[in-house]
Amino acid sequence: MLRKKECVAMLLAGGQGSRLYALTSNIAKPAVSFGAKYRIIDFPLSNCINSGIDTVGVLTQYQPLVLNEYVGNGLPWDLDRTFGGVHILSPYEAKTDTSWYKGTANAIYQNIRFLKIYDPEYVLILSGDHIYKMDYDKMLAAHKKSGADCTIACMEVPIEEASRFGILNTNPDGTIYEFEEKPEKPKSNLASMGIYIFTASKLYKYLELDEADKSSEKDFGKNVLPAMLKAGEKMFSYCFEGYWKDVGTITSLWEANMDLLGTVPKFELRGNDRVIHSRSPLAPPAFIEGEVINSIVATGGDVEGKVVNSVIGTDCVIEKGAEVNDCVLMGNIIVKAGAKLNYAIIDEDVVIGENATIGAAREQAIKLGGKTSGIAVLGRGVKIGKNGKVAAGEIIDKSV
Amino acid sequence: MASTVGVIFSSINEENVPELTKVRSIGSIPYGGRYRMVDFALSNMVNSGITTVGMITKNNYQSLLDHLGSGKNWDLARKEGGLILLPPYINGTETLYRNRLEALKGATSFLKKAKEDFVVLTDSDAAYKLDYSKVIDYHVEKNADITMVYHEHPVRKTHYYMTFDTDKNGRITELEINPSASGVKKNFINVMVARTSFLLRLIQNAIQHGYTSFGRDILSPNLKTLNLYAYKLDSYYANIDSLASYFKANMDLLDKNIRNELFCDRDVYTKINDSAPAKFTATAKVKNSLISDGCLIEGTVENCILFRGVKIGKGATVKNCILMSENIIGENCNLAYVISDKDSVIRDNRVLAGCEMQPYFINKGSLI
Repeated sequence: MLRKKECVAMLLAGGQGSRLYALTSNIAKPAVSFGAKYRIIDFPLSNCINSGIDTVGVLTQYQPLVLNEYVGNGLPWDLDRTFGGVHILSPYEAKTDTSWYKGTANAIYQNIRFLKIYDPEYVLILSGDHIYKMDYDKMLAAHKKSGADCTIACMEVPIEEASRFGILNTNPDGTIYEFEEKPEKPKSNLASMGIYIFTASKLYKYLELDEADKSSEKDFGKNVLPAMLKAGEKMFSYCFEGYWKDVGTITSLWEANMDLLGTVPKFELRGNDRVIHSRSPLAPPAFIEGEVINSIVATGGDVEGKVVNSVIGTDCVIEKGAEVNDCVLMGNIIVKAGAKLNYAIIDEDVVIGENATIGAAREQAIKLGGKTSGIAVLGRGVKIGKNGKVAAGEIIDKSV
Repeated sequence: MASTVGVIFSSINEENVPELTKVRSIGSIPYGGRYRMVDFALSNMVNSGITTVGMITKNNYQSLLDHLGSGKNWDLARKEGGLILLPPYINGTETLYRNRLEALKGATSFLKKAKEDFVVLTDSDAAYKLDYSKVIDYHVEKNADITMVYHEHPVRKTHYYMTFDTDKNGRITELEINPSASGVKKNFINVMVARTSFLLRLIQNAIQHGYTSFGRDILSPNLKTLNLYAYKLDSYYANIDSLASYFKANMDLLDKNIRNELFCDRDVYTKINDSAPAKFTATAKVKNSLISDGCLIEGTVENCILFRGVKIGKGATVKNCILMSENIIGENCNLAYVISDKDSVIRDNRVLAGCEMQPYFINKGSLI
C-alpha cells in the first residue's frame, strides 16, 4: 500500500518577533512562554493533533535552540510517529543556491521535498504566534467541499482595527475577489488569520512561479496569494468563530495571558475540550501560603506573597511580603521579600531582589503609553538587585 | 556503576490500607498531589542508573498499568530492558501468590534472563529518595550476600515488619519479626540488594523446601552463615501502612524541608497529564496547601493537598484534607480531616469531618 498523508501542516516558526523586544532576544517567538505552563507553539501543535493532523513540519530559522529542544521528538503532542510526526526544518546547505529562508513562501518552497515524502493532497500553512483553539479538520472539510485551490481562515475584527491585518474582500458565496495587506481604507472587516489550506499541486506550482519571480518578496500575503487570485484560482474564505489572538506585541501578549483569568474567562484552557498539550515540567504541585486572587499558578511554585490578577509560571518563588499585581511571570522566577511588581511581563530565570520595584500601578502606567503601553518587560535571565527599580514601560535585557 | 536490575513489588502489604487499595495496587495509591507511590521506587531506580525494571503485579492492577503505560515517563520504554511488567503467573496446580517469596518465584524467568550482576528489590509503598548504586557499592565493599536497607524510627505495630540489630561493622546480628519491643528501632524498609545469581539460588532453594517467608524461613535461621549487612537510609522516609500514616505522609509535604528533600532536584518522574494551570478566583483564600494543575479554587483552603482538577466551590471551607483528582466540593461545604478518593462529588452545604488519627474517608466516585 502506498503510504501518504491527506494533509500535512507546515508551521512557520522562524520569525524573529522583534516587537516582543527583550522576550525574543535569545529565543524564537513560538518558544515564548504563555499562560503559566505553555509555549506559544503548543497551540498550533495541539490544534494539529486535535484535528487529526499528525504530520507537521516546523520551519525554524531565528534562534532555534530553545524551540528545537522544546519540540524534540514531538512526544508531548503525540507527534512522535514512525510515519509522520513533527519535524524541525531548518535552512540547509545545498549543492547550489544555499540560503536562509527569504520569506514565508520561500521557506515552504525550500521544503517541497519534505512535503513530497508524504505526498499530501492538501497543505496547511500555520503561524507560530497565535493563541487559539481551532479544528483544522472542519476547515479542510470546507476546502474540499468548495473545491477551492486555496482556503484562507479569517475572522471578523472591529472595522477600526482592520487596517492592521490582511483583509479579505469576499463575495456572498465566500469566494475571495480581493486580498489587501494592511489596507488604509479597509472595505471589509474579515481579517486573515494567517492560516491557509492549499491543494498541494497548486501550492507547488505557485511557489515555483514565485521563486522564479525576481521582484517577489517571497511572502504568502504579499506575493503568492495575490498571484493566485490574479491567475483566477478558486480562493475561498473560511470564517472562524472563537477566541484567536495574535501575540506578536508586548501588549497583546499581556492581554492574551489575562484573557485566561476569571471564572468565565475569554479563553478557556480548563476541561477536556481540545486539550492544549505541552512539555509539562516534573515539578510538584504549587505550594500556596500567601494571598492569591484572580490568578493562575502553574506547578512547582512557592507563593508566600500576594498575587493579584496575574499569571504565575512553573517553579516561581514569591516570597513573603512580595506583591505581584497585573503581571505575567513566565517561569523559574524568584521574587524576593518586599519586592513590588506591577503591570509587567517577566521572562524566565529572572531574580528580583528584596524591596525592588518593577513597573507602576496599571492605571498610571497605561497613561505613559509607549511601545509597550506602559508594561515593564524583563528579559530572560535578568537579575534585579536589592532595592532595584524598573520604571513602567521600561524594557530590561541586561541585569541591573 | 555495577550492572543492576530492579524488581518492584507493586502489590505487597495492601491489607494495611484496604480503603485505598480497594480499587488499585498499593503502588498506584495517589500521593502528594500528582504522584503515585510507585513513582518513588521507580524514579530511584532510574536515577541510580538502573534501566531494566521488573514490576511484579498481583490483582487490580489496571490503575497501575494506566499509570505506567510503556514506561516512557521514566525513560524506561527501551529496546534493551526498560520496564517489564510481571503479572502473576499461575500454572494448573498453583494459586495466586500469597507472599513475597511466592511472588519472587514468578519473577525467576525474568531474573534468569537478566544479564545484570546485581538485583535491587523494593516495595512501592513509601516515599523516599535513595541512590541504590550506593547500596550496591556498600554491598560489594562488605562482600555481603544480602544487604538490607533500614530506616530508624519508632516501631509501628500495625502489620508484618522486621527490625534488626547490627554489630559495629554493619553486619546483622539479630533479626526480629513483629517484635514486642517498642521505641526507635532499625526498621527494614523492604529494600534489598543481592547478586542476581545468589538471589536465584535462594529462590530455587526456597521452592525445593517449600518455604513461604523470606524473613522467617531464609534470613532468620541463617544469620550466622549468610553475610547479611544493613545499610542506613539517612533521609526522609514515609511508608503507607494505615490511613493515618497516609494522611501524615501527605501532610509532611507541607513542610518545605521535606518537600525540598524529595522534589528539589525535580527527578521524581510520574505520568504527565496536561491539565491547565490551577486557577484562583477573586473569592479564593488559600493557606499552607499544595495545589495541582487543573484545580479551580473559589473557596477557602487550609493545610490541604489538592490533586489535579479539584474544584472548591464558593463559600466552601476545606481544612486538613486530601482531595484526590477530580473531586468537586460544592458551595458552602465544610470539610475537615477528609481523605476523598478520586472523582467524588460533595454536594453544596455538606459538613464532613474526621480527625487526624482517623480521617474521614470517601470512596472513589462517591456522591455525597
